[in-house]
Amino acid sequence: MARLIPSIPSIPSRRPRFGRGAVLAVSAAYFAVPLLAAVVYTVDDPVKGVTLSAYTGILGAGGFLPALLLSLELAAATIAVVLLILVPAAIAVRLGGSRLRAAVEVVCTLPLVVPPIALAAGLTTVLKWGPEYLARTPFFQTIVALQNPGFPVVLVLAYVVMSLPLAYRALDAGLRTLDVPTLMEAALNNGAGRIRAVTGVILPNLRGALLNAVFLTLALVLGEYTVASILGFQPFTVWIVNGSASAQGPVTIAVSVLSLLLTWALLLVLSASGGRRHTSAPASRNTKGTT
Amino acid sequence: MSASTDVTATAAPAAAAAPATARRRAHAAAGPLAVAPLLIVVAVAFGIPALAMLGGAFTTTDNGPGTAVHYTTGNLTASLQGAYLTALLGSVKLSLTAALISTVAGLLLAQAVVTSRYAVLRHAVLSASGVLANFGGVPLAFAFVATLGNAGVLTQHLGLDKAGWSLYSFWGLVLVYLYFLVPLMVLTVIPSLDGLRAQWREAAQNNGATTWQYWRHVALPVLAPSLLGGFVLLFGSAFAAYATARAMVGASVPLITLQIANALNGNVFAGQGNVGLAMSLDMVVVAGLVMAVYIPLQRRSARWLV
Repeated sequence: MARLIPSIPSIPSRRPRFGRGAVLAVSAAYFAVPLLAAVVYTVDDPVKGVTLSAYTGILGAGGFLPALLLSLELAAATIAVVLLILVPAAIAVRLGGSRLRAAVEVVCTLPLVVPPIALAAGLTTVLKWGPEYLARTPFFQTIVALQNPGFPVVLVLAYVVMSLPLAYRALDAGLRTLDVPTLMEAALNNGAGRIRAVTGVILPNLRGALLNAVFLTLALVLGEYTVASILGFQPFTVWIVNGSASAQGPVTIAVSVLSLLLTWALLLVLSASGGRRHTSAPASRNTKGTT
Repeated sequence: MSASTDVTATAAPAAAAAPATARRRAHAAAGPLAVAPLLIVVAVAFGIPALAMLGGAFTTTDNGPGTAVHYTTGNLTASLQGAYLTALLGSVKLSLTAALISTVAGLLLAQAVVTSRYAVLRHAVLSASGVLANFGGVPLAFAFVATLGNAGVLTQHLGLDKAGWSLYSFWGLVLVYLYFLVPLMVLTVIPSLDGLRAQWREAAQNNGATTWQYWRHVALPVLAPSLLGGFVLLFGSAFAAYATARAMVGASVPLITLQIANALNGNVFAGQGNVGLAMSLDMVVVAGLVMAVYIPLQRRSARWLV
């Protein structure tokens, strides 16, 4: 026995330490190289040497600002709707019975079963009903208004549905760390109304989770391509792809690099500020959670 | 809104007399009301398109638009034949390959992070994984094009094109998919790795087990539900991906998402107008199977690894 003891620590510690370094190095290279290479690609001109013209050319590229603005407007509208419908529901689930909880969880999981392209297929079918069946009814105007190219409400509806699974998990993870019934009761006993109890007591305690939900929704909308391109609208991502087809070359790559870096920076700020208590902060797809 | 203030008004006096029952009654009354907007929005924005897709998959207007609609299983049959079947199988093959590689790579990376002594490394990898798993798509595809495409930086400097490399191929897509699948796996498996108790490893070593035997007989069986659940989740994620493939390969790799987009744009044979909807239904069936496997596995892994 005595001879066995010194040999025990040596078994796990020798080989894995080398292996761990190799795994980390390969991973770091794999994740860093495409970004670095893309930056090199945009600044390295075979004729002129190093130049920033790809980046200064972004603003001048046709349609860039309208596309970006459309994406930002869609993101703002989606975030507003998601919070308005999801926050009351998530709080009610914490107060209510298990049947309510099951219903909300099913509703917020269902969109995972329908891939974005299938949702887009369904939406195109519905929008085609307009001219085919509803031309003489008031619904026709609604269908036309949904597809207004200046601000396509139909995209907001689609993005709300697509954000629900992520946003609900983020909110629910935050609410799980609070004793919602006790907080509500305390506020009500102190004379607060129901609305004031939520806005004054519950929401301030939920700041991290709310931020989490907002940023995940923002990232989803800014990066969404499938539904927008199938329905024929041109937000930011669709503009990038169309731009590459019309041979804007380095400008397309420059926009891609910038949008990746900006979104990652936003999400990192989020996970640094709001995610400290639950380390898997933006990992809302991970149903287990660590809290 | 007015209804909810009514609830408060009636609940307040009652609360003085019997707080517990009043609270329960108030909550019960507020519950359905607070959930109603969510249910309505989902019914309109999700329910109607889903039913339209389902209905369209089983109907046809093959004598031209405006003629009578009749029911048929022809769309579904067509969606499982010829080029459409090739695309479906191509998607399954790509997703299986990418998910399998990502599961192994994600497990290795997660284990390297979990056993590391540096808390900073762990925090950095978790944050980065959360970011990378959630945002990629079009910009990511173009970053890879600039790196490994025909005129890409690495392709030019290393002469990869002469070695027969092409990003616009099956393995090119796998390489790009790993960029968001591996982080997703890391996030899925790290909680389970944290749940592996040090005592289990010590017990195995005291009984003379090697590292390999410990993994083979103790760690992997305990991790199996979580690994399998992660694998299925990655498969679903890769299967549903469209933007990356569309931006990168156009149509050179047959994928079901590309075929659906093609069909929705009207590129179909006469009389197969709704075949895109039938293929969408095929995808929903596959995604439904994925969730049906994933959710029970997730519950099962939670039983061992508290």
